[in-house]
Amino acid sequence: MSIQAEHLSKTYATFHALDDVSLSMKTGQLIALLGPSGSGKTTLLRILAGLEVPDAHPRLKILFGDRDVSRTKPGGRGVGMVFQHYALFRHMTVEQNIAFGLEVRPRSKRPAKSEIAKRVAQLLEMVQLESYGKRYPHQLSGGQRQRIALARALAIEPQVLLLDEPFGALDAKVRKDLRRWLRQFHEDMGITTVFVTHDQEEALELADEIVVLNRGRIEQIGSPQQVYDTPASAFVCEFLGNVNRMDGWKEQSAPIYVRPHEIDVVFAREEGVDITASVTHLFAAGPIAKLHLKLPGGRILDAEISRAQLEAMALDQGDEVGLKFRTSRSFKSMTAG
Amino acid sequence: MAPKLHTPPSRVLTEPWWVRSLLIFAALAIMTLMLLLPLFIVFAEGLRKGWEVYLSALTHPDAMSALKLTLLVAGVAVPINAIIGVAVSWCVTRFDFPGKGILMTLIDLPFAVSPVVAGLIYVLVFGQNGWVGPWLIDHGFKIIFTPWGVILATIFITFPFVARELIPIMQSQGADAELAALTLGASGWKMFWRVTLPNIKWGLFYGIILCNARAMGEFGAVSVVSGHLRGFTNTLPLHIEILYNEYQFAASFAVASVLALLAIVTLVLKSILEARIGD
Repeated sequence: MSIQAEHLSKTYATFHALDDVSLSMKTGQLIALLGPSGSGKTTLLRILAGLEVPDAHPRLKILFGDRDVSRTKPGGRGVGMVFQHYALFRHMTVEQNIAFGLEVRPRSKRPAKSEIAKRVAQLLEMVQLESYGKRYPHQLSGGQRQRIALARALAIEPQVLLLDEPFGALDAKVRKDLRRWLRQFHEDMGITTVFVTHDQEEALELADEIVVLNRGRIEQIGSPQQVYDTPASAFVCEFLGNVNRMDGWKEQSAPIYVRPHEIDVVFAREEGVDITASVTHLFAAGPIAKLHLKLPGGRILDAEISRAQLEAMALDQGDEVGLKFRTSRSFKSMTAG
Repeated sequence: MAPKLHTPPSRVLTEPWWVRSLLIFAALAIMTLMLLLPLFIVFAEGLRKGWEVYLSALTHPDAMSALKLTLLVAGVAVPINAIIGVAVSWCVTRFDFPGKGILMTLIDLPFAVSPVVAGLIYVLVFGQNGWVGPWLIDHGFKIIFTPWGVILATIFITFPFVARELIPIMQSQGADAELAALTLGASGWKMFWRVTLPNIKWGLFYGIILCNARAMGEFGAVSVVSGHLRGFTNTLPLHIEILYNEYQFAASFAVASVLALLAIVTLVLKSILEARIGD
């Protein structure tokens, strides 16, 4: 189910949560809405779900496939939604939670009890929680609750899955495991999925396409590689991945940005170095060695080099090195447009 | 890890033993004086002249009709306030609208106003010389000095209990579960019955218990509105006052013991529900 949304805005008193946002998604894509708090990503998701009403606009459109759902209630849009804090029904068992969407259908559209039970069992198997049917939500761990929430959303066979910071309430290890699980799940099921996150690592790892939002506006839409390697604005550059920002470099008015792994660290006396620096600190515990480099003016840069190179150069704290900036970028303004 | 031995409290963080003993003794003394003693006296005085006097006081026609009126008033006021309380809490915690702040202040109004003043308000509005009173009386609706007035005044006085209990609960629970129900295709009513109500049920019971206790025990507002017509507009609290003013002490305490029993039952139910609300 493709999604096309045009001219979405949402204003609360004087606060512009969303400012004339338009985007489109192809069927079966896994899309991340990425941005800091207050960027409007959750508002955008809720408008797609039908839980928020966007401001009126003559050319406003929300299309699921061919259908205009801008006036349809959430229950009628065919969306499955998963919330950050699971929103499971506390007084119902896992099975009753999953069956909810099917049991509240009007008599004419409701499947038979046996049919519902079969579907619930299938979904429990899909999320690998077969034996947990009779438990209550408070008896499950965070990761398990989130999987049940997903199963519940899938029970109504939605055309679009909307996830609102689905892993935000979980600890790091569980988050990583569920990320991997969700990616595989998406490959298997192929449902158009939109998820909201403020974790850029999560977006870069999971999504087919990333929509970067800032202060109610879209900064850039692109594949993870595109937004990381060719950011459209200084905001996108700073928000995604680590980056060194240098103001006043070679008398330029706009700051330049260099990522830690784009700095070539060489011996100080080599030809063609952009600048020399001294190593104030190095962390070698891990697959990559991280260096803190102090420039003559006192500025400190982060650089990353391989462990092999670290050993080849026999670098130590206090050494003088030369730096070559393989890639550097500068932008006309902080935000796009 | 070895089991930890029970160690006496650290000297730095605790008062000396005599301060602790003094404070605990003082707290118990005040509680005994202000709560247990009156409760005990009610039963002791009620039974002072023996069982027969006790029972005859309770089975006296005026006492029975007072009991009936008290039960009627509670039976009408409590359900009405429960329904309105749920509706108001729903409005206030799930929606933003102009005047919300005023509404929240109004919810607490019956608590802020003296019960006598509350009763007087109803007399001034519905009484013979009131704003709406004459019109109503002409059309056959007598409010003041009838059970209707008693019911109305009680509804006003006991209104905040359910709402005040539900608003913090619904606020802290948040709307996510209800929104989830909507996205799953539930209609508004189905969402309310299957998700909202079960989530607030303990808080609702708690509010209803408090509302009921106050409805049965209300004196000030009802006193102004009822006219003290024996056998007609007397509730249990009013009947107790009448008996006491007629020097029928044992009888008045006997009837009071019924309300005291109600207080005890209320407290027990409160404790049980308090534990449940945490879930």
